[in-house]
Amino acid sequence: MSALQLTLGIPLLSSVLLGLYGQRPWAASFNLWAAGAGFLASAWLAWGVLTHGALGGGESQFYIDSFNVYLITLTAFVGATTALFSRPYMAQEESSGRLSAKRLRLYHASYQGFLFTLQLALSTNNLGVLWVAMEGATLSTVLLVSLYRTPEAIEAAWKYFIICGVGIALALFGTVLVYFAAAQALPDPEQALLWSELAHHRAELEPVVMVIAFVFLLVGYGTKVGLVPMHTWLPDAHSEGPTPMSAVLSGLLLNVALYAVVRVKILTDGALAAHPGVHDPHLPGYLMMGFGLLSFLVAGLFLHRQRDIKRLFSYSSIEHMGLMTFAFGLGGPLATFAGLLHMTVHSLTKSAIFITVGHASHIAGSQGMEQIRGLIRTQPAVGWGLLIGTAVIAGFPPFGVFVSEFLLLSATMATQPWLTLPLLVGLGVAFAGLFRHVQPMVYGDLPEGQSAVRANMWPVAIQLALVLWLGLAIPAFLAQWFDQATFLISGESLL
Amino acid sequence: MLTQLPLYQQAILTLAAMILFTSFALLAQQRVLSMIHVFAWQGLLVAATTALVAYDSGAHHLYFSAALTLALKVLLIPWLLHRLVHRLGIHRQPHAVAHPAVVLMVAAALVIFAYYVTLPIHQLAHSITRNTIAISMAVVLLGMLMLITRNKAVSQVIGFMSLENGLFFAAVAATHGMPMVVELGVAFDVLVAAVIFGVFFFHIRDSIDSLDVGRLNRLAEREE
Repeated sequence: MSALQLTLGIPLLSSVLLGLYGQRPWAASFNLWAAGAGFLASAWLAWGVLTHGALGGGESQFYIDSFNVYLITLTAFVGATTALFSRPYMAQEESSGRLSAKRLRLYHASYQGFLFTLQLALSTNNLGVLWVAMEGATLSTVLLVSLYRTPEAIEAAWKYFIICGVGIALALFGTVLVYFAAAQALPDPEQALLWSELAHHRAELEPVVMVIAFVFLLVGYGTKVGLVPMHTWLPDAHSEGPTPMSAVLSGLLLNVALYAVVRVKILTDGALAAHPGVHDPHLPGYLMMGFGLLSFLVAGLFLHRQRDIKRLFSYSSIEHMGLMTFAFGLGGPLATFAGLLHMTVHSLTKSAIFITVGHASHIAGSQGMEQIRGLIRTQPAVGWGLLIGTAVIAGFPPFGVFVSEFLLLSATMATQPWLTLPLLVGLGVAFAGLFRHVQPMVYGDLPEGQSAVRANMWPVAIQLALVLWLGLAIPAFLAQWFDQATFLISGESLL
Repeated sequence: MLTQLPLYQQAILTLAAMILFTSFALLAQQRVLSMIHVFAWQGLLVAATTALVAYDSGAHHLYFSAALTLALKVLLIPWLLHRLVHRLGIHRQPHAVAHPAVVLMVAAALVIFAYYVTLPIHQLAHSITRNTIAISMAVVLLGMLMLITRNKAVSQVIGFMSLENGLFFAAVAATHGMPMVVELGVAFDVLVAAVIFGVFFFHIRDSIDSLDVGRLNRLAEREE
């Protein structure tokens, strides 16, 4: 058994098993152990890539390089910590009568199925399989969004299904166009969708077709990234589904969708650079910068108008995904490095925040921010978790989010100085939007009859500590992966 | 000139035109059962195109794709929709379209736009592929238009599936089909999506007592 087979096989088998036996009392623990084993397998895989270099590629259907290996490990890690949170959380949902054992079976099977589709999307070398896995990620989570069967949940799930379905259909059209462009450069049809082969022959791809394909893929996968104006499904799906789902959707799914966009951008950039005069060679970058900046600014403003705590933090996710899209669009080694780092720290922080939010809404018995008050006095661990988590995501030093945002600002200052202004204003607006809501929730007057709940804050502590570590010192092997990925994406290395 | 093309290419172009026509028919159709029938016809045309391309190019795996399309898009999904519509008791309800004339004008504009986008592709300068790519893009855009203009869940699903038909047609006509592993995956996803849609019809009806998704409007950003 290779590490890759384990990384993919464990969630797949667990999903099938939990689909059959997920209503048993041991299902939640099994889910946790399976996610933990998946993380160990991915760590083994990462070790292999670290010592022996990229895996697969060429004619293989899988390709693990420094760009996706850290995302695979991150996905498995956040999957495992969220499963740790999910066990007591879902038990409480069941004992309070919001969910039946049959629904929990669906929940557990979908959770592992979702992890499997994400790992498949990250590790595959085939752009078609990447699409299939992305669509699979939608399908495996859509019934989770409607898990509570309230009218709001049904509405959110329908929106999620239709909007992401159409978005991803556009991405398939883009994939067909890439295949069409590749048919000339790569005569063997079985290889014409393999990313490593396409990257090798990217200079031979027809640039006009690639630009049309890139637009379709950007809008298609961008829908799943949550880029404005295709973002409308995201706050609904995040706020109505069970909280562990919001944590993995925000922390993982959005990253994987952005990963897909960046992979295609590498190909399009190559095709355009080899055919000067057809289009502006920076066209894909400008498109990403435009979508990214728009998402960043619009989501920052929407933060101010929220009443539901999970909607608040899902808009914050849109804002940060916008920032990352902008970073990859800006190109250049520094911005790319910042984008890669931001993907990591945002995942860790945002899933930690959603875990805290889940506990906070259990304490208050509501997701409405006006009902959530006095968290620090009721349960200090949850209150401080929310406060520190929000400070991290708002970009306070010395945490990792500050570092990546600072790198991005420096890169912007060097290449597009006038864009620093909207970035700084947007960061300020988002900061105000978050804290005007979080402060009263954390410090406000204690409502009567509010009591502490059984909470597991270990995942939050571990993830925020990791973000702090990344803010103070990035480990050498991680920096090296980021640097290799930066070289792959922007053509220059930073370190 | 069109008449100078080989017979096979003329047949492909005819089929493409008919697929585009069924997309227009779907847009204007008012009755849900007729809509399902038109959708099945569209699937049949796509399957026929696939078989024809398979015959002409000798790509045998395309016969398999054609059979898959026939089974899924012509038989299974329309049959499922038929059964659901009867079980939900909505087969007599009219599915009115607001401003059908405007919708059809917009649709025509979208077709022109699809041609405008595909014109500059050098690779396509002298081939029928330019037509087929433009038409498949048009079918995709018309499917999106149908999703926007309809407010009944069943018509939205048909719009979504017709959009998928456009994608499939693009893959077959432009590139002689995708690699087998991708096609199987796509077919599997479509099947699962169809089943989930069926589940959703019941959820939506149970939650708002109708399949009018226009009434799913609780989650908007608004002043309260």
